[in-house]
Amino acid sequence: MRIVCPFCGERELGEFTYLGDAKPQRPAADAGEDAVYDYVYLRDNVAGPMSEHWYHGGGCRAWLKVTRNTLTHEISAVEPAAGAGAAKVGA
Amino acid sequence: MRGDQANRLNNGGLIDRSAALNFRFDGKTFSGFKGDTLASALVANGVKLVGRSFKYHRPRGILTAGSEEPNALVELRSGARREPNTKATTAELYDGLEAASQNRWPSLNFDVMSINQLFAPIFVAGFYYKTFMWPAKFWEAIYEPAIRRAAGLGRAAGVSDPDHYDKAWAHCDVLIAGSGPAGLAAALAAGRSGARVVLCEEDFVLGGRLLADGGTIDGLPASEWIARTLAELSAMPDVRIMTRTTLFGVYDGGTYGAIERVNDHLPVPPEHQVRQRLWRIVAKRCVAAAGAIERPIVFAGNDTPGVMMASAMRSYINRYAATPATRIALFTNNEDGWRTAETAIASGLQVAAVIDARPDVSPAHRALASKSGFPVLHGAVASVDGGKGGARKISVSLTGGARAEVEADGLAVSGGWNPAVGLTSYHRGRPKWRDDIAAFVPDGAPPGMVAAGAANGAFGLGACLREGFEAGAAAARDAGCSGNVGSVPVADDEAFSLTPLWHVPGKGKAFVDQQHDVTASDVELAQREGFESVEHLKRYTTLGMATDQGKTSNVAGLAIMAAVSGKSVPETGTTIYRPPYVPVAIGAFAGHHRDENFHATRLTPSHHWAAEQGAIFVDTGLWKRAQWYPRAGEKDWLESVTREVKAVRSGVGFCDVSTLGKIDVHGPDAGAFLDRVYINAFSSLAVGKARYGLMLREDGIVYDDGTTSRLAEDHYFLTTTTAKAGLVMQHLEFCRQVLFPELDVQLTSVSDQWAQFSIAGPNTRDLLKEIVDPAEDLSNEGFPFMGAREVRLRGGLKARLFRISFSGEMAFEISVPARYGEAMARNLMVAGKPFGVTPYGTEALGVMRIEKGHVAGPELNGTTTAGDLGLGKMMSTKKDFIGRVMAGREALTAPNRQVVVGIKPTDKAHRLRSGAHIIPKGETPGPGNDQGYVTSVCFSPVLDQWIGLGLVERGRERIGEIVRAHDPLRGEDYDVELCNSVFYDPDGGRQRG
Repeated sequence: MRIVCPFCGERELGEFTYLGDAKPQRPAADAGEDAVYDYVYLRDNVAGPMSEHWYHGGGCRAWLKVTRNTLTHEISAVEPAAGAGAAKVGA
Repeated sequence: MRGDQANRLNNGGLIDRSAALNFRFDGKTFSGFKGDTLASALVANGVKLVGRSFKYHRPRGILTAGSEEPNALVELRSGARREPNTKATTAELYDGLEAASQNRWPSLNFDVMSINQLFAPIFVAGFYYKTFMWPAKFWEAIYEPAIRRAAGLGRAAGVSDPDHYDKAWAHCDVLIAGSGPAGLAAALAAGRSGARVVLCEEDFVLGGRLLADGGTIDGLPASEWIARTLAELSAMPDVRIMTRTTLFGVYDGGTYGAIERVNDHLPVPPEHQVRQRLWRIVAKRCVAAAGAIERPIVFAGNDTPGVMMASAMRSYINRYAATPATRIALFTNNEDGWRTAETAIASGLQVAAVIDARPDVSPAHRALASKSGFPVLHGAVASVDGGKGGARKISVSLTGGARAEVEADGLAVSGGWNPAVGLTSYHRGRPKWRDDIAAFVPDGAPPGMVAAGAANGAFGLGACLREGFEAGAAAARDAGCSGNVGSVPVADDEAFSLTPLWHVPGKGKAFVDQQHDVTASDVELAQREGFESVEHLKRYTTLGMATDQGKTSNVAGLAIMAAVSGKSVPETGTTIYRPPYVPVAIGAFAGHHRDENFHATRLTPSHHWAAEQGAIFVDTGLWKRAQWYPRAGEKDWLESVTREVKAVRSGVGFCDVSTLGKIDVHGPDAGAFLDRVYINAFSSLAVGKARYGLMLREDGIVYDDGTTSRLAEDHYFLTTTTAKAGLVMQHLEFCRQVLFPELDVQLTSVSDQWAQFSIAGPNTRDLLKEIVDPAEDLSNEGFPFMGAREVRLRGGLKARLFRISFSGEMAFEISVPARYGEAMARNLMVAGKPFGVTPYGTEALGVMRIEKGHVAGPELNGTTTAGDLGLGKMMSTKKDFIGRVMAGREALTAPNRQVVVGIKPTDKAHRLRSGAHIIPKGETPGPGNDQGYVTSVCFSPVLDQWIGLGLVERGRERIGEIVRAHDPLRGEDYDVELCNSVFYDPDGGRQRG
């Protein structure tokens, strides 16, 4: 399996580390315990295309959002995390 | 047995008669020729008996001429290079080859264990489950060892493999498996269109069945067409032909596994060369032209030496000019089998009879029979008599019920052909049944792959060429290569008329799976006992589970199952196909990653200096760290470590702590970022100061700790534990990129850029003054406790100095660029000499941290909260941070949690051991009374006794209580006192002084 890193190009699986479901969003500070509990523990068991977090630790250290079909390992999209990439010059 | 290569034809074959090779089989010397396999050389020397079978120790010969061989398995080579279960049919002959037959004692001819045959009734399918169940304890002690001795294959070398194995990557447009007519035609088309082509062939010669069966292609004899094709392919710069290479697996994203036997054809690999190489090949398209495997027909005595696949017999005669028998009978149910009769006659051998199971035989073959004077018998072989001397007499059931007997010393069998559907089925593909050839063919394939030729059920030569050529051209086109492919090679299509026949009923053992000794009656028994599904059949009878993976037996087995269960073969179905296609040595998967190269080794900047000092090193993850520095006369590690601790506490010592993870945090939002990842605040930290920080996982459990210093308004320098260095970097990048992308902050790993030393002890400042530029103020006012800043060293080098203490002593940590690390260690030794400077290792470091009550890995164990560690007050209530909400959960704040506390034996002379469980006095040890355990221990030179830290229920409320340390592992039970976890200098005066 290979992933096309938006910064480095097509690279072999061994360069990446898997984290898991990219869908849950970290709740706001005042969201309460139930919302955080859901965020930390509750995951869908997806059979089909799934949005996942992968880390290109063997390359550019970017966190990537990878859409992978869990049935076929087919990867249909790779996009960098919002904060990945170059410094925010003048941001 | 006759003499030297008596069964070798004088002419023909792809052997080099000018290159004689001597080899030994079971201690006897033989000769063969270059171009032989071990099997063909044995055939040429008239050796028919080559092994004993797995369960019944029946005499076995050579059945096939390829990697599907179930019987002719040998131990190849000797000593450390002994390789068990090697197929004689694929082992390339070399001068000096040594091989031994397997699973016989004391000798192949006289095998004591063949008595197993008399006990055959108990060795039926499932006999392990039925026979050896009771009493249960007998299994490990008696049954299993006895069975393993009796039933088995070759012996492993038992010593380390002296050879090297390699792993490599290759990338191409079109990958082709197999170099028969379909594979070569595919390579031609793909190569001509300009594609980058890799062609893998497991044999050491290209051509596949063309090598044995010949034929006419484009008007040329097959051998000339192969030569012309190879010349054309060789001239193409982007076509790579890999012989001795088996494509064994198909993985995700167009990645293929292949094993190249680089030097298996030599006694010893040449110096600096590998024995085998594991390839991972990434291909846009793949043409599976892996051919087909001829299948046996199951009848009594079908395992007798001398019974051979019809196609294998042609291989031995045509390719190797070696004759497996002098008087040959042929048993076939299809037209193709007749080629063996033609070959035998053309080579001057006698044909005793052809037994054809079909109702009709073609006029051409009838004419051949009458011209050559052999009978054509309509019927089936009922049994073969012979034993270890080889086949002698063949009993035939004629159509209509009569019987006939045929005298022959060889029986060629053809039950049709099974396309090699492994490669196309490895992604859980299920092949489909084709009635016209009575065989499974691929039904689709993994993405990017297509089957062609015999592997796709096209058995005619012309069809193989057309399919291969078209598949190669299409694959190249799909890969974006559009060159002119020229014209397709042309050949006739032979007839292949087949009447299915799987099993001839009769008396005597009829083997389906010869390698695992599974008989037709075992399959029938499995059906009667309810193991009818093919996956159950396989596991209950072990059919197809041997090293040959049932290449000659699976389809016959499930056809027999279909017959007895009243279903069709396609209804019965196949088992799941899984790689590898051929056995692959674990050594090839490991490659160079073995012994000291099993993983990378990281050396600290002062490693070579420490080695000069005679340091004892300990593996810490990938690192080698100095554990202690023994001195002459010291009797054990404890004496050395105690000396080091005392030297630090009374004078000064230093320790390389470069293994800590180090991360530079830059940017206007650096402080805000650290506030969110640590439980305590860092935005409020003054420039020039350091602070201890604790980070949690989002679930509220402690993740890591370390000191972070603020070197400038927008620049922090963060340290992590050694173990978590990489993981914390990954975690912080996740926080920065995914959770908090709005923050303007950048992270840089600088773990390898800085050499860092802890310098500790009351004389630290005196030593540092010798190192640091005199202009730098190191006084308590000028550089107070938890100060951190850049300083200039004598000579001008810039360094970072941190006044932090892990030991509890007056201490600094000094960072210099890693390339100065070794020089720094040497300088500290020179500059510190007047102060008695003492290098110390990780053991002394650990002793001092336990004396000081600092938590480390054993306490940050993935189950503890900040509160458990006594650090709950650090949790800020003014900000959000990772893990804040979950850390507040009821169970994580429960008052009865096990928390860090100090522990010391009441008997000062008693040794404390980590792992001992804490039980209240007067209670019986058990899960109900278990209140925690000892996490870290050391001998404290300061207290002159063993002390430790532990996680104990309500520990901090129980200071002074005497409890039991219960240690069933070591058979100990003794009283300990729960005490303050800070054993040394509890008010911290020494580190601030």
